[in-house]
Amino acid sequence: MSRGFSHVLNSSPLQPGDTQLIVNNVSLSFGGVKALHEVSLKVQQSEIAAIIGPNGAGKTSLLNCISGLYHPQVGEIRYRNGKEHILTSLKPYQIAKLGVARSFQNIELFKHMSVLDNLMLGRHVHLKSSVFSGGLFWGRAQREEIAHRKFIEDIIDLLEIEAIRKQQVGTLSYGLQKRVELGRALALQPSMLILDEPMAGMNAEEKEDIARFILDINEEHGVTIIIIEHDMGVVMDISDHVIVLDFGSVIGDGTPDEVQRNPQVIAAYLGESKHG
Amino acid sequence: MESGVFHSSYQADMGLRPTPLMRIRLIVVLVAAVVFPFFANNYQLTLANQILIASIGAIGLNILTGFTGQISLGQGGFMAIGAYSSALLVINLGVPWWLSVLLACVITAIVGGFFGLPSLRLKGLYLAIATLAAQQIIEWGIIRSPLTGGVEALVVDPPLLFGINLSRDFNFYWLGLILLIGTVLFAVNLFRTKVGRAFIAIRDQDIAAEVMGVNVFRYKLLAFATSSFFVGLSGALLAQYRTIVSFDRFTIETSITYLAIIIIGGLGSVSGSIYGAIFMTLLPAVLTNIGSALENTIPQMAGLIPFVRKAVFGLTIILFLIFEPEGLAKIWRDIKDYFRLWPFSY
Ligand SMILES: Nc1ncnc2c1ncn2[C@@H]1O[C@H](COP(=O)(O)OP(=O)(O)OP(=O)(O)O)[C@@H](O)[C@H]1O
Ligand SMILES: [Mg+2]
Repeated sequence: MSRGFSHVLNSSPLQPGDTQLIVNNVSLSFGGVKALHEVSLKVQQSEIAAIIGPNGAGKTSLLNCISGLYHPQVGEIRYRNGKEHILTSLKPYQIAKLGVARSFQNIELFKHMSVLDNLMLGRHVHLKSSVFSGGLFWGRAQREEIAHRKFIEDIIDLLEIEAIRKQQVGTLSYGLQKRVELGRALALQPSMLILDEPMAGMNAEEKEDIARFILDINEEHGVTIIIIEHDMGVVMDISDHVIVLDFGSVIGDGTPDEVQRNPQVIAAYLGESKHG
Repeated sequence: MESGVFHSSYQADMGLRPTPLMRIRLIVVLVAAVVFPFFANNYQLTLANQILIASIGAIGLNILTGFTGQISLGQGGFMAIGAYSSALLVINLGVPWWLSVLLACVITAIVGGFFGLPSLRLKGLYLAIATLAAQQIIEWGIIRSPLTGGVEALVVDPPLLFGINLSRDFNFYWLGLILLIGTVLFAVNLFRTKVGRAFIAIRDQDIAAEVMGVNVFRYKLLAFATSSFFVGLSGALLAQYRTIVSFDRFTIETSITYLAIIIIGGLGSVSGSIYGAIFMTLLPAVLTNIGSALENTIPQMAGLIPFVRKAVFGLTIILFLIFEPEGLAKIWRDIKDYFRLWPFSY
C-alpha cells in the first residue's frame, strides 16, 4: 500500500492544454543517413504523447534532440516553462535543469550505485551542497540530504520498490532496473517526462505495472509524458496523442483513433510486417 | 551479528557508522593507531609515516581514478607540485610550514584542475596519455626551473610546532595520523553527498549523468582539483617530513606505484586506499628483510633483491587485476560477509 505522495511531483507551471514543446522543422542526419527529416510537432501540458514507428524510424533520435544529446542540422526545438527556451542551443544538463527528465532505451543506470543513490542523483539539480559542505557534511549538506531523502522515499513508495532500495542496481533484474530508471527520472521532479520504450522486454504483468505507474504520474500529478512504445495495445490504451514516424518523417499525428485510420500509417505498418 | 539492523530515522540510516560491530572495529583500529608509536622502534615508525603519507595520496588518486573513472598518470607530478610548493614557500618567502602545507594543497588543486582540461575531450587511455604529458611537463619544469634547484635537492628547515620538531618520526606520526583521519572523513562524507555522487555517476554512465543535470565537464575538473588537493597534501607532508625535496621521488614510477596502490587496495574505496598503501609500503620492506636474512646463506641474493622486488611488485598487480579487480577492500568485505552469517555461511 502506498502512503500517498506528499510532495509536488510536477514542476511545470503551465496549465493543462497549454503548448509546452514545439519541434519546428527539425532535420538530423549522420553522414548520409537521414535520421530525421523536417519533423514538426507539438506537445501539450499534461498529455501523454506516444511516438511510434518501425525500427530505425528516428524515434530515439528525436528524443535525443529534445534532451540535447543530438544537434539537428536544421530546425529548432522550443520548450515553455514559464519562459520559452530553445532546447536546440542548450546542453543536456541545462535542459535537465528545466525539468526535462528521461529514461533510455538501453538502461543507462549507475550500475555500482544503490537504488537510493541512483534516485538521489536524480535530485542533483535541486541539491545545493558543495565539495566543502559535502566533504565536511556540516549543517546544510546533512539537512539537505535528509529533506531530499524524503522525496525519494515517496518515489520509492509510488513505484513499489521499497524492498530493493539499498541494493546495488547492477544486481537487479531487467524489469526492476527499468523501474528504477523511471524512478530516477521522476526524482528530477520533471516538468516533462520522456520515456524511451519503458516496457521493452517485459512480460504482460510487468507491462501492466508500468502502464499503471505512467497513468498515475500523468493523471494524479499532471506530468506531461512523451513515450516511445512498440506495443500498439498499450499505446492506444494510455495515450492522448500519437505521433507516427517513418524513415525520419512524421506520417501521422493525432488522437489514437485518427492515427489508426490514417492510410499512410496503415501502409507503413503493413509494409513493416511484410518485411518481417 | 550485523544482521537485522534497522534505523528509525533517515538521519540514523545515513549515519557514517551504522552498526555496533563497525563501531567497535573502528575503535579498535583507532586505539591501535594511538598506542602503536609508544611500542614501535624508529624503523617501524618510519614505515608507519610512509604509510600515512601514501594513504593520503592514494585517497586523493582514488577520488579521481577510482570514484570518478578518470585514469591519471600524473600522480607523481602533482605530488611534486605539493612538495615543491610547500618547500619553496618556506625557503623563499618564510611562510610558516603549516601555512605552506595548506597553500601547497590549494596550488596543487589549481594545477590539477588545469591539467584536467583535456578530460573535456579525452576519455580512458587517451586521457591517461594526457595526464602522462602533465607528469612529463611538471618534471621538466622542476628540472629546468631556476627556482627549484633543478636536479639538486632542496633542503627545508624542520617544521616546528611549539618548539617540537615534527620531522622526527614519533612527532610526525601524530600529524600524519590526524591529517589522514581528516582526509578519510572528508572523502567518506563527500561520496554520500551531491558532489561525490555526481563523481561516481560520471564514472558509471557519463551520458546519463549529463542528462540528469550533472555538468559533466565541470565536475570532472572538480574531481581533478579535489583529488589534487589531497595529492598535494601528501607531497607537502613528504617535504616536511623528509626536510629534503628532490625530483626523483616524483617520477612516472611514483605515478605507477600509486595506481598499483589503488588497484590492489580497491578502486573506488576509501579504506581500500589505505590497505593498498599499507601493502605497497610493507611489501618492499618485507622483501628487503627476507633478502638480507638470506644473504648469509645465499651470497648472490644481495645483488638480486632489487630485481626480485620489481618482479614481485609487477606480479602482484597482475594477479590482482586478474583475480580480484576490486582489490583488498573486496577481499576484506568477503571475509566480513563470511563471518557475518557464520556458522551458517557456505
Ligand atoms: N549516433 C548515431 N550515429 C549514426 N547513426 C545513427 C545514430 N543514432 C541513430 N542513427 C541512425 O538514425 C536512424 C534512426 O535511429 P533511431 O535510433 O532514432 O531509431 P528508432 O526509431 O529509435 O528505432 P528503434 O525502434 O529500433 O529504437 C537509424 O538509421 C540509425 O542507424
Ligand atoms: Mg529507439
